[in-house]
Amino acid sequence: MERILSYPEAIREATEQEMLRDSSVVIFGQGVDDPKRILGTTKGLLERFGSERVFDTPLSEDGITGVAIGAALAGLRPINTHIRMDFMLLAMNQIINMAAKMRYMFGGVYRVPIVIRALIGKSWGQGAQHSQSIYPLFMNIPGLKIFVPSTPYDAKGCMITSIRDDNPVIFIEHRLLYYQKGYVPEKSYSVPFGKARILDKGKDVTLVGISQMVIECLRAKKYLQEVNIDAEVIDMVSLSPLDIDTVKNSVMKTEKLIIVDNAWTVCGAGSEIITRLIEMDVKMQVRRMGFAFVPCPTAPALEQHFYPDAKKIAMNAFNMLNPNKKEWQPNLELSIEEIEFKGPF
Amino acid sequence: MTIGSTLIERFYRSLYLIRRTEEEIVKIYPTDKIKSPVHLSIGQEFVSVGVIEALRCDDIVFGTYRGHAMYLAKTGNLRKMISELYGKITGCSKGKGGSMHLVDVDKGVMGTSAIVGTTIPLSVGYALGLKYKKSDSVVVSFFGDGAVDEGVFHESMNFAALKKLPILFVCENNKYAIHSYHINRHDSDNICERVKHYGMQVERIEDGDIFKIYNFTKNVIDSLRERDLGPVFLECVTCRWKEHVGPNDDFHLGYRDKEEVEWWKANDQLNKIRMMADDKTAKLIESVVEHEIADAFNFAEENTVYNEKEIYEDLFKE
Ligand SMILES: Cc1ncc(C[n+]2csc(CCOP(=O)(O)OP(=O)(O)O)c2C)c(N)n1
Ligand SMILES: [Mg+2]
Repeated sequence: MERILSYPEAIREATEQEMLRDSSVVIFGQGVDDPKRILGTTKGLLERFGSERVFDTPLSEDGITGVAIGAALAGLRPINTHIRMDFMLLAMNQIINMAAKMRYMFGGVYRVPIVIRALIGKSWGQGAQHSQSIYPLFMNIPGLKIFVPSTPYDAKGCMITSIRDDNPVIFIEHRLLYYQKGYVPEKSYSVPFGKARILDKGKDVTLVGISQMVIECLRAKKYLQEVNIDAEVIDMVSLSPLDIDTVKNSVMKTEKLIIVDNAWTVCGAGSEIITRLIEMDVKMQVRRMGFAFVPCPTAPALEQHFYPDAKKIAMNAFNMLNPNKKEWQPNLELSIEEIEFKGPF
Repeated sequence: MTIGSTLIERFYRSLYLIRRTEEEIVKIYPTDKIKSPVHLSIGQEFVSVGVIEALRCDDIVFGTYRGHAMYLAKTGNLRKMISELYGKITGCSKGKGGSMHLVDVDKGVMGTSAIVGTTIPLSVGYALGLKYKKSDSVVVSFFGDGAVDEGVFHESMNFAALKKLPILFVCENNKYAIHSYHINRHDSDNICERVKHYGMQVERIEDGDIFKIYNFTKNVIDSLRERDLGPVFLECVTCRWKEHVGPNDDFHLGYRDKEEVEWWKANDQLNKIRMMADDKTAKLIESVVEHEIADAFNFAEENTVYNEKEIYEDLFKE
């Protein structure tokens, strides 16, 4: 029987296996050892590895990030957690001015093996300061690697790769992805940087999702079957470096591309991917989707206009393929469970 | 008879309003009508009430996502607060902010923030502005013991002392930041001991006595209005009765003892003031407040329709 884990279980397992393998791996951040254990992702680690390797920190994001960098210089492999990506904004100085620069600025003498885990919030009125998804800011910075896995399989494999990598890695987890379940092998394995994943094949239109928007794209694909549109769904998995070739090959086939950012589209992942394709003279029709270009409002009536979702993606794709037909709306109501991605790969 | 003429009556009205409003939030929360995370002040209300009753209407307060008590103590504007929690355009932030982002500029509530420590330097800057304008209003900056961990807290203390600004810092020390005990985050228990070295008067009130808080604030505010005292720091030890966020108890998590909370429940300032108040007056206050609460929830439940374009409004001042 296939081994099914949830997304947080996959992260937990990866961390535990790496901590067992390598005693220089430590994990710290607000709440890593508290009763909720970062939504279960650090469950059991304190008991197994002790408080020298698994510890809570004061609310000092800027300072603690610097501490992680310093500890990495001394030979540790720290994982530092942020229960919301918004709190990472306090650490931007250390991440961008120090972590991303240390190696290059000092002519390659250092390695800075840190993993910064960042959770994205959504819905239930979390509002402007608890729902941001600021990966485009990091994509803009040379010297940082970025993972945005959407499946439990990739969550585990990307975490192992991140911990073993000798460079600063931003590891981005969307809270809604925590409900995903899927095939996760027990053995240790790594998923490479710079490799996108085709989650579902199709020939008519390419849907590229970032983080939780991958799930919305998979749902959109189901909606589109109603109107005989066969969508290919790609999960970028890694944002820095980016795998343009996988997207390119798909778009050469479909000639139509929709990129759904889990962020504001301005200077986003979509902008970057599309620009690179254009620079490669790929002929295509493109659409970008993402957050409305305002802070996230809490009122449900407004929030529904803030985020892209499967229906909006499907309607956009339909319109792209049928510019002269009148608008179409999917009839089907999909439940969340239907789009759990099962793998295996 | 006019209620609210004596200090006891004012305390009771405000404490009762806050406690009962939050109890109603607890009741309604499971219906999902409030689509907003709520950080309840139940048990800690006396800090906001003790301080704010000593202020003038034109004094300014800054605070945090745990801001219902501060907001209600300063404004009493229940309709706007409940509507905000419900995500209605009639809310104090037009439903765009939710429970964590309450504001009432006319009443001196400067907008609460969900990022720990962020309003501390803003309150210092506001005090700088007031001093510059030779206004005799003062600023009160509320925050938790968790905020003391942040670098910006220390930068703000230093700057406020350096510029001798008319500001009272109020640290609501409930000893926890989410589930993290303060002693696990700080080398020593007493926050005042550290802060005084920045060069300001400090005071620690450990027993939750609302009168001590009120009297201290009253004295300090009067001196602050005279400008030369510089910042003052008040640490009020207190206790959050409910979970960090949400309407429930959290003893099942096992990170703190029930006895810790029991002591504070036995020492509840709302009960204490109720006993001190004249029974008839207290009953009158209760019925007035109950009516206000029912009215505010009814008001929030009314269907107000958003114009879809509203999502793009308010990004910039045109
Ligand atoms: C900069 C920042 N870091 C972390 C968080 C997550 N967080 C939200 S509330 C909180 C606890 C804050 O504790 P305290 O300041 O004591 O206030 P209390 O909740 O006890 O009122 C934390 C860590 C945050 N909101 N902002
Ligand atoms: Mg606290």
